[in-house]
Amino acid sequence: MSYDFSRLHRFHGGLVLEEHKRESSETPIETLPLPDLLTLPLQQHIGEPATPMVRVGETVAKGQRLARPEGYVSVPIHAPTSGKIVAIGDFPVPHPSGLKAPCIVLEPDGEDRWCEPENPIEDYTALDPSALRNRIRDAGIVGLGGAGFPSFIKMNPATGRPIDLLVVNGAECEPWITCDDRLMRERAEAVVGGIHILLHALSAAQCAIAIEDNKPEAIAAMRRAVASVGDDRMQVVEIPTLYPSGGEKQLIYVLTGREVPSQGLPADIGIVCHNPGTIAAIHDAVVHHRPLISRIVTVTGDGVKRPANVEALIGTPMVDLIEHCGGYTPGADRLIMGGPMMGYALPEDDLPVIKTTNCLLVATRRTLPLPPPPRPCIRCGECERVCPARLLPQQLYWYAHARDFDRIQDYHLFDCIECGCCAHVCPSHIPLVQYYRYAKTEIWEIERERRKAEQARQRHEARLARLEREKREREERLKKKRKAVRTDGDRRKAEIAAALERARRKKAGGEAQGAATTPKAQGDD
Amino acid sequence: MQFHTFSSPHVHNGNSVPAVMRDVLLAVSPGAALMVYFFGWGVFFNLLISSVTAVAAEALVVKLRGREVGPVLADHSALVTAVLLALALPPLVPWWVPFLGALFAIVLAKHLYGGLGYNPFNPAMVGFVMLLIAFPKQMTLWTPPAGLDQQRLDFTETAACIFTHRLPEGLDYDAVTLATPLDKVKTDLGTGRTLREILTAPTFGTLAGVGWEWANLAYLLGGLWLIHRRRIAWQIPAGMLGSLFLVSLVFYGYDSDNYASPLFHLLSGAAMLGAFFIATDPVTAATTPRGRLWYGAGIGLIVYVIRTWGGYPDGVAFGVLLMNMAAPTLDHYTQPRVYGARR
Ligand code: SF4
Ligand code: SF4
Repeated sequence: MSYDFSRLHRFHGGLVLEEHKRESSETPIETLPLPDLLTLPLQQHIGEPATPMVRVGETVAKGQRLARPEGYVSVPIHAPTSGKIVAIGDFPVPHPSGLKAPCIVLEPDGEDRWCEPENPIEDYTALDPSALRNRIRDAGIVGLGGAGFPSFIKMNPATGRPIDLLVVNGAECEPWITCDDRLMRERAEAVVGGIHILLHALSAAQCAIAIEDNKPEAIAAMRRAVASVGDDRMQVVEIPTLYPSGGEKQLIYVLTGREVPSQGLPADIGIVCHNPGTIAAIHDAVVHHRPLISRIVTVTGDGVKRPANVEALIGTPMVDLIEHCGGYTPGADRLIMGGPMMGYALPEDDLPVIKTTNCLLVATRRTLPLPPPPRPCIRCGECERVCPARLLPQQLYWYAHARDFDRIQDYHLFDCIECGCCAHVCPSHIPLVQYYRYAKTEIWEIERERRKAEQARQRHEARLARLEREKREREERLKKKRKAVRTDGDRRKAEIAAALERARRKKAGGEAQGAATTPKAQGDD
Repeated sequence: MQFHTFSSPHVHNGNSVPAVMRDVLLAVSPGAALMVYFFGWGVFFNLLISSVTAVAAEALVVKLRGREVGPVLADHSALVTAVLLALALPPLVPWWVPFLGALFAIVLAKHLYGGLGYNPFNPAMVGFVMLLIAFPKQMTLWTPPAGLDQQRLDFTETAACIFTHRLPEGLDYDAVTLATPLDKVKTDLGTGRTLREILTAPTFGTLAGVGWEWANLAYLLGGLWLIHRRRIAWQIPAGMLGSLFLVSLVFYGYDSDNYASPLFHLLSGAAMLGAFFIATDPVTAATTPRGRLWYGAGIGLIVYVIRTWGGYPDGVAFGVLLMNMAAPTLDHYTQPRVYGARR
């Protein structure tokens, strides 16, 4: 299948939001000095946490692997700089639960000394796709757009369907965030280089680089970079600014007019989507043997004095980034990781930057006022009008509220992308997304319980079956034994009979020779 | 440093229920003002009595239910109910008619079900129908529109009539009331006269009934403004007026002597008030886009049927209540196709 992007498509709903991009988009990416301590959570991605491979007290080099992936959906963690491991244990991490999680703590030695690359690649085009995939996994690369899904998995579509189109998701549709914008402006070559690698690894024929039209500089920079490599498989597509055009499903629809099947993956329709930051990281990993040890973070909002984009090592305390940007303004009241629509609020700033920290939005009440108390749903349908998944958010809310977890799934709860459009427009100020998350978690929990119960049932049945079998076997043995005893008895009787016979014959003084064989033959029985 | 945490999204477009209700009240006011102008102070008293009763009743019930009164009253929804009920009432009804209607609407039709958002039936229309059934005689006490009234009651005379049931010296109710155009058409058709003859009566103006045509046009304008502000769903008035227009067109085309014109139907009685302000009560209407079209269309159809063959001159209240009942079913069968679902 081949696409031309002359006609774009408009998804249902969506919002035109105040952008607030210029606050941080107009200055070059800054590099943060080495922090005093780096805290590296073992789980910075969707899937299983990594397993530490180092011990406390060990000296490590920059880029050295500190933790290896555990299971398939997992990636390793690398040392962002050289130094000493000072602790391995539970520390606060940026996670909505607010719970602590296992981390490796590294104290930099200031030398920033690289380790030997594990096995450098001379020419990636000579590598087969699976080797490239492994390389990308070994580099610890996950989706940098915010979701943190291990990138190598997307390069190995399980569907077996060939991939026709690689989509570079440069929409960056959330307000305030500009890290992809700056990256595309400043490092367009790395992105284009990464696209080359991915096209090769996916054997895809086409690549669309989609950028919202509120980023003309990024569009121009990417166009220049594409033109300079002269690869006509790639095309920069300017898309209208409309939240959430950067949602994978929405973006695919905008570009192709096709829908990713409900509960399916883009690969099901031959499409793979990556964020430009991820693609640049793939380029760096393959070409420069550099694992994912840093990322660009937008530090912005009216709660910080000098908004900017900074390149920070993974594990850097957030407070360092904010201090680098001039510190807090008076009245800073909220810290959000990610954007204002989908990001989550953090309770404190002494948390590490992780692979998915695309933005730190610090806001005062002026920009992010406290939500008023919710009122009852008046079924006005505003939420439905803006829902890009074409759901009926009011019905979802109703059933979540009533804890009717069957009906809520009839209303396609799991097609909700949690974009927040519905809650943004709800005149009753109902925290709708919170209800949907709650319902999802409950359903997963029920599902887990059910699975556990099912497993328990199976175990129970297996046990019963085993007991039954053992009983049967025992009985079998017993029967055999009894039979054996019986046979024994028979033999004995026969022997006795034979002996009597012999005695009789002896008495009779007849042919003793022939009679002696008889009991033997019987005993063989 | 410590921060406040809330669930995403962290920004809101500033829309609120009180703002929606304020806009509804604002949009209905030109039509209401014209009603006062054409039909006299009685309309004003109805508005006043109904509003005071509704707000007081709501405050009382909320208090009895152990909730905070302030935030509930602040949503103005009781006021909207009161105004819509009052605008549907004849101008010279005794004071206890709007009083009982508003009480019934707020206490029984709204709060007995759990308050705003939980009531299955449009409270104003429940109140109205209750009055229609309980006090059929009082519910016909319409005044003649300005211009047709030889005996217009002034403010104090109206107050006396409403509160003490006394009319000025030498006047009886026949002298100060007049059948509404819808009523007249209905009764006169019953006597075998043709529409052409009926419409020559002074009750009828250029488009529909004198006074009524202007009030309806004002409601239409207010309603369009609400749609423009996205305060109401356009599908409901479109469905209702569309179906009313189409059925009346069919019968008018078939026999224009016995069936009134589409224009007459659209600009008579509570057509526009119903389409833009009553049927659009989101709580009790269908909520899917297609469901709302059908919901509106159903009301339009019922209005026509009742006006043409039913026992009442107008049918908006019955249409709305009947379709309230159908709303959940409509919603169920008109769910939009979710992104990614099979076509
Ligand atoms: S926007 Fe809010 S009040 Fe309106 S229907 Fe949706 S949930 Fe209910
Ligand atoms: S959060 Fe879910 S229900 Fe709400 S608008 Fe987004 S997709 Fe629709």
